[in-house]
Amino acid sequence: MDKIDKNPKTVIAAVQHPRVGEGGKTGTWRAFRPVLDREKCVLTKSDKARCHYCWMYCPENATSRTRPPVVNYDYCKGCGICAHECPHKAIKMVEE
Amino acid sequence: MTVTKDSPNPGREGRTTLIIPGNHATSHAVRQAHVQVIAAYPITPQSPVVEKLSEFIENGEMDSRMIRVESEQSAIASLCSASITGARVFTATSSHGLTYMNEQLAWAAGTRLPIVMCVVTRAIGAPWSVWTDHQDAISQRDTGWMQIFCEDNQEIYDTVLEAFKIAQDKRVYLPVMVCYDGYILSHTMMPTELLAQEEVDGFLPPFQSHLMLANRMDDPVGVNPVTLPDPKEGFPAYMELRHRMQKALEGSIIVMEEVEKEFAAISGRDHGGAVRGYRFDDADVAILGMGSVSSQAKTAIDALRAQGIKAGVLTVRLFRPFPKQRLRDALKNVKTAVVFDRDVAYGLEGALCSELKASFSNVKDAPYITGFIVGIGGRDFTTDHVIKGTKIALERAKNNEIHDETTWLGLMDE
Repeated sequence: MDKIDKNPKTVIAAVQHPRVGEGGKTGTWRAFRPVLDREKCVLTKSDKARCHYCWMYCPENATSRTRPPVVNYDYCKGCGICAHECPHKAIKMVEE
Repeated sequence: MTVTKDSPNPGREGRTTLIIPGNHATSHAVRQAHVQVIAAYPITPQSPVVEKLSEFIENGEMDSRMIRVESEQSAIASLCSASITGARVFTATSSHGLTYMNEQLAWAAGTRLPIVMCVVTRAIGAPWSVWTDHQDAISQRDTGWMQIFCEDNQEIYDTVLEAFKIAQDKRVYLPVMVCYDGYILSHTMMPTELLAQEEVDGFLPPFQSHLMLANRMDDPVGVNPVTLPDPKEGFPAYMELRHRMQKALEGSIIVMEEVEKEFAAISGRDHGGAVRGYRFDDADVAILGMGSVSSQAKTAIDALRAQGIKAGVLTVRLFRPFPKQRLRDALKNVKTAVVFDRDVAYGLEGALCSELKASFSNVKDAPYITGFIVGIGGRDFTTDHVIKGTKIALERAKNNEIHDETTWLGLMDE
């Protein structure tokens, strides 16, 4: 797999590599938290890495690419994109 | 265009010649370039480009995704995203559609995305006009895109194919506008030779860019975060990245010429690179224009020469980056340069004229340069206008006149 050019001498567009805690503990902003229903999550039930829509769409990279996916509540802002995108409706937004 | 005799495909095996309007010449080039994502919003006179493409997709002649968007701004924004993931993309627009894209055009260039877009040039309101002039393309000259102007339908087909290769050259990585006059080219049928698909595939490699995010799922990045005025942790800030963009634009002339040579070796058609002369070798009066303007100027050369004026036409194909050195070289032996602009940099003069003048600042023995505004909003630009303008220019040159006000040819009160 090709890596993105990270050489400051030759890079031509601004790219940002996700780093834990770059913007502080953004989890404190949250009004609703995403909660995974493992019964519905196709990833939890399958032994193959598939789907991962929640990981792909999470703008904060706060959802892990694991089986099952795990949300890091220190940084999850509670935007609800994962719940909206989940094709199996396995994520519910629950009021804090 | 000069046709070279030693084409590697002298029998023209697998090629077809169609009599088609300029818009369909574009569609065929886009089909043969295997464009993967198209997003466009209808606007006159561009619409037939995308209508034809949609027909190709429907017939299974092209494997591409057509995104139906609600505006031109959405069209270019979705193409930016598609291009970032690693898809070859295309759109076309005109006039208000192009100006509506303005904000995202700057993003496409700043992200260094190899997007190709056709601009079927049309006047900008008010008042409403659907007819041609170059005001739309000129108004976007500072966004960081390359801009190439075409003169006939064959040149449109060839230039669109070349544009995909120039845009994705790693020395360039910039979006390219291929501009051609509405109606005069977009809706006029001309014989256009399409290359054999194998010839196109041999010329144009699969899409590549510096991002290709779809292939990089294990290395997630955010594209275009907020940058600060100064570099942070050794990473270039806005100013460095914009400097690199300008450097890439400056260097793209060489890439354009290289790609054009390569294309000429395959097709047997050479469009001349950044600038192209017509009966220019012995000329001491140069008539300059872009697109339909320079085609029209060619019709006046016989009449001018019959009157003892040794005139030739210099077509400016590449407007961004502006080919300053190429123009200085071409005009080395020219005493008078007459520029016909189908656009106005309002409050100053024709854009091509002022930029040509700028290219000659601080140059010793520079030619006398003067310009005329013609053909605005589709007004006919005729051979008589070329002759009249050239004579006025020679009169001004004789007195070395400093002429600040613009001169418009073809107004009703003349």
